[in-house]
Amino acid sequence: MIRTRGLTKDFPVSRTETVHAVRGIDLDVAPGELVAVLGPNGAGKTTTIRLLTTLIRPTAGTAEVAGHDVVAAPEKVRRSIGYVGQGNGAGHQQRVRDELTTQGAIYGLDRRSAARRADDLLDALDLTELARRKVADLSGGQRRRLDVALGLVHAPGLLFLDEPSTGLDPHNRANLWEHVARLRAEHAMTIVLTTHYLDEADQMAERVVVVDHGQVIADDTPAALKRDLAGDRVTVRVPDVRDAATVAALVERVPGAREVTVRGTEVAARVADGAAGVPGLVRAAVDAGVLLAAAESVTPTLDDVFLALTGRSLRESAAAAEPLTTDGTTSSDVRVAGKDAA
Amino acid sequence: MSTPTTTPTTSAAPDPGTRSAHAAAPRAGGRRRWTGDVALVMTRELRPLAREPFTVVFGLVQPIVFLALFGPLLAGSVGAGLPGGDVWLWFVPSILVMTTLFGTSTTGSNLQFEMQTGAHERLLVTPLPRSAQLVGRSLKEMVPIVVQSLVVVAVMLPFGLRPDALGAVLGLVLLAVLGVGLGSLSYALAIAVRSHEWMFWVVQQTVLFPALILSGMLLPLEAGPRWMQVAAQVNPISWVVDAERALFAGDLGSTTVLWGAVAALATAALGLWVGVRTIVRSTD
Repeated sequence: MIRTRGLTKDFPVSRTETVHAVRGIDLDVAPGELVAVLGPNGAGKTTTIRLLTTLIRPTAGTAEVAGHDVVAAPEKVRRSIGYVGQGNGAGHQQRVRDELTTQGAIYGLDRRSAARRADDLLDALDLTELARRKVADLSGGQRRRLDVALGLVHAPGLLFLDEPSTGLDPHNRANLWEHVARLRAEHAMTIVLTTHYLDEADQMAERVVVVDHGQVIADDTPAALKRDLAGDRVTVRVPDVRDAATVAALVERVPGAREVTVRGTEVAARVADGAAGVPGLVRAAVDAGVLLAAAESVTPTLDDVFLALTGRSLRESAAAAEPLTTDGTTSSDVRVAGKDAA
Repeated sequence: MSTPTTTPTTSAAPDPGTRSAHAAAPRAGGRRRWTGDVALVMTRELRPLAREPFTVVFGLVQPIVFLALFGPLLAGSVGAGLPGGDVWLWFVPSILVMTTLFGTSTTGSNLQFEMQTGAHERLLVTPLPRSAQLVGRSLKEMVPIVVQSLVVVAVMLPFGLRPDALGAVLGLVLLAVLGVGLGSLSYALAIAVRSHEWMFWVVQQTVLFPALILSGMLLPLEAGPRWMQVAAQVNPISWVVDAERALFAGDLGSTTVLWGAVAALATAALGLWVGVRTIVRSTD
């Protein structure tokens, strides 16, 4: 569905300074995949999406989207994709249903099909009652659902979502994702989305592409990324300090164990698969004559992955790069992510 | 996916939920003509006007003020000395051109708003040709111009305006053509200064008032210095203003009308050319 090689975009900001927004990205997306592009603000996520959707032209490298080259045949790319940008796709002076039927007509639907399609989407995205409302009068969440509806009018095989849920409250975000997931199942869509919400990438995507400084630094399923790059954190407590060393030796033998630490009666380590490792560890301890007082395995978050990759927390990078996002939102989201993962 | 025989990938999903998607799949090989695209853009642009026609009348506040406050002043000061002698046949055509000028030169701000909100970006990612997007927007300008002009003429009839009927109709056509060119230039400006939005108003204001005054719209330039008369000669709007006056006076066959038509058509052609070029090149 998507194939890029050495995709590069430079923006000259002044005569002497150039921003290297995207630096040689190789990305392959197969039909039907749901890929989340994750990274701090300014990492090049949006620039990559804009390159793939023909909004900007690459400085170097190639990109094939839905079988067409973005530079040689941008019109063909545009016919094959749906795009939900960061802004509001619907014109604020327009009425909700009008924008949907116009969008249908743009993609070649006749009047009746465009009307039917508009009504289907209004229904699917809970917008039916707002059909005659002016876009400017909608709430943020309603407008965002309308944007998604606009991107889906022509039932594209490939849909790009650029930070689809930014600015929505948790309820609206969940709501939006529910809709997207259902529409995806119905239409067998390939979806590429960008986000800086960690929990979103974790829960929604089957594959996460981590981007930093315009380059892909990791690319795998969320589970594999966390297993390979961060690992589950296993903590066990022994009843007696003297047993700690014995148990620490046992922990060392759990597959993928590293960073084994002993602090008092507490032994902690990173392991590849905590849920699978703990039962064996408990038995090994019993065999060694130690009855564990407590055992806990915590799944890492994608933030742990980013931290392992870059030495920086994604959360901090995002907060630093985007002062408009209130700290409350960001940190609470991350907390939710950690809780859910655990 | 672009070949007529292949439907979009939606056809790969067999579950019943895709029924609507099939119905919605673009007509096989159905490539609409460019004119159809232009009509689509125009229709979209006109919809808010049709839904809220009162917004068109808002644009008339300023010309009405000029007619009500400047008109009597003009009649009192230079009224008898005006070419033709009839102050309304001289001044109402001016007001119509002025309304056109104000309305179309600011229309780029509508596009600016859609660039800020994201609607323009969405349209850029659709298969709608960029040229059709610009031409459709520019052609739409004709509608408010004609509606506003008709209102101004209707309002002035009780005050003694007696235009030549055919001349007035041709005058509206001329205004519409001029407006397409000016509107297109305004859109081009909005796109050109997209990374420095405030520049739009700086340029618009800087160009608007000299163009307005140097067209002999408010006061006859015959009394002005020579350089102003020369400047008016190269200002296409002054040719259109003269043609409008000739048309309203019923002087349909005069060369003034011919030159006004040439000026309006040239403005439209230049405006559309600049506009299309600007939008097509706006991909960074």
